[in-house]
Amino acid sequence: MGIVTPGFVGKRRDADPRLPPGQYETKDFPVLSVGPTPNIHAGEWQFSITTEHGETRRWSWEEFRALPVEDVHTDIHCVTRWSKFGTLWRGVSLDTLFEGLQTDAGYVMEHAYGGYTTNVPLAELRGGKAWLVFEYDGEPLDPEHGGPVRLLVPHLYFWKSAKWVTGLTLHTTEELGFWEVNGYHAHGDPWKEQRYYYDS
Amino acid sequence: MAGVKWVVAEVVGIRDETATARTLLLRIPRWTGHLAGQHIDVRLTAADGYQAARSYSLSSAGDDEFAAISVERMPDGEVSPYLVDGVVVGTQLEVLGPLGGWFVWRPTQAEPIRMIGGGSGIAPLVSILRTHLHSGSDAPVQLLYSVRSPEFVYFKDELAELTAAARADVSIRYTRSAPEGWSGPVGRLSAADVQAWAARTPASSLPASSYICGPTRFVELMADALVAGGTDPLTVRTERFGGA
Ligand SMILES: Cc1cc2nc3c(=O)[nH]c(=O)nc-3n(C[C@H](O)[C@H](O)[C@H](O)COP(=O)(O)OP(=O)(O)OC[C@H]3O[C@@H](n4cnc5c(N)ncnc54)[C@H](O)[C@@H]3O)c2cc1C
Repeated sequence: MGIVTPGFVGKRRDADPRLPPGQYETKDFPVLSVGPTPNIHAGEWQFSITTEHGETRRWSWEEFRALPVEDVHTDIHCVTRWSKFGTLWRGVSLDTLFEGLQTDAGYVMEHAYGGYTTNVPLAELRGGKAWLVFEYDGEPLDPEHGGPVRLLVPHLYFWKSAKWVTGLTLHTTEELGFWEVNGYHAHGDPWKEQRYYYDS
Repeated sequence: MAGVKWVVAEVVGIRDETATARTLLLRIPRWTGHLAGQHIDVRLTAADGYQAARSYSLSSAGDDEFAAISVERMPDGEVSPYLVDGVVVGTQLEVLGPLGGWFVWRPTQAEPIRMIGGGSGIAPLVSILRTHLHSGSDAPVQLLYSVRSPEFVYFKDELAELTAAARADVSIRYTRSAPEGWSGPVGRLSAADVQAWAARTPASSLPASSYICGPTRFVELMADALVAGGTDPLTVRTERFGGA
């Protein structure tokens, strides 16, 4: 515990076990982006995965939407300290997209429209932990929140869930993405409070 | 910056900006300044150990001795009412930072600077103006500042001085009511207003950098307007403060 701030009482008195350290609950859906919101039509959207050997798989919007979908009910945690409980998403598990792919890579770079990138270990995206989502709360995903398609990696801080995602590249060594070069943590586990690059 | 940790800062000065906003000057141990545009996290701890933390942009110049934050009181907010009404000179607060590596301006940047701020979103933009002044930069700089009415203008005298000294091209847009004798338009900025303002940027061999800051909805509208007017999205940096 830090120094006591005289006269400060605070409002959200009930410690909620769903809340990681240093976070507060919000009922709104705040927006964290570093630039303008791009307007991408679903029809022009494409997604690809490229392995460390240069092998590439591609999906058009129609091909992507023909894949089996899952509903995901999850809490999300933003590095700017808000958490939102029980959000509802619909999308395709990354396990489906990775199926049968030959790779020994340990690391992934997520690429988004506009050239933004964020890095994540491959293990964090496999095993029912990550999705490519296109619906939020029963509606097509808003551009502000990453539509038409964003990544959803809810067990990590939310910047790892790249908005307007266009592809993944797999790598055998860890490289830092745009967000990480600009001060955010390489891994980003909210329960360990890995917010900024100097957090252990 | 490695090893940055929560440290105990002391409030060494307080200035009222408006009836609902104050600037706090903070003495932060081992502070070596900041980049214009960066923020700090501020953490408050109640007597029983309950904690709440929020982010605040630094409004000080990067090389000022004291860090400054400028906070608007949010009705029903948890942290901002305490910072605006509860803090006195001598109050200790925990802070972490400086933070952020993208919404920043460095004195080595020679290209024209365009800044659009809404409400308390003026805070990091004033940091850029002050840092620009201290560094003697001759990058052309223009600011478009949207506020409800004259009594909500932060840094009023300073903005007037910068204008008088021709250090910056400052335009204020009043969205609800303007000062007496005001001849300009009143009301929310339209996309056309923003584009006309952007067209004033002096010709330069380098593309302008744009900085937009304020409530989320405001930032979305302003950024969309710039991009629709032909500004390359990759030259537009945004800081969304939250809210609707
Ligand atoms: C990088 C960054 C920099 C920031 N810099 C500043 C700054 O320089 N000055 C400043 O005053 N604030 C700044 N903020 C906002 C600040 O972090 C808090 O969100 C704000 O002070 C409200 O906190 P609170 O605890 O009082 O309200 P909370 O208890 O968190 O929320 C109360 C209500 O206010 C709403 N709300 C929160 N922020 C806004 C807003 N900007 N406009 C309208 N409604 C809002 C919330 O949605 C909520 O409904 C910044 C935010 C970020 C992410």
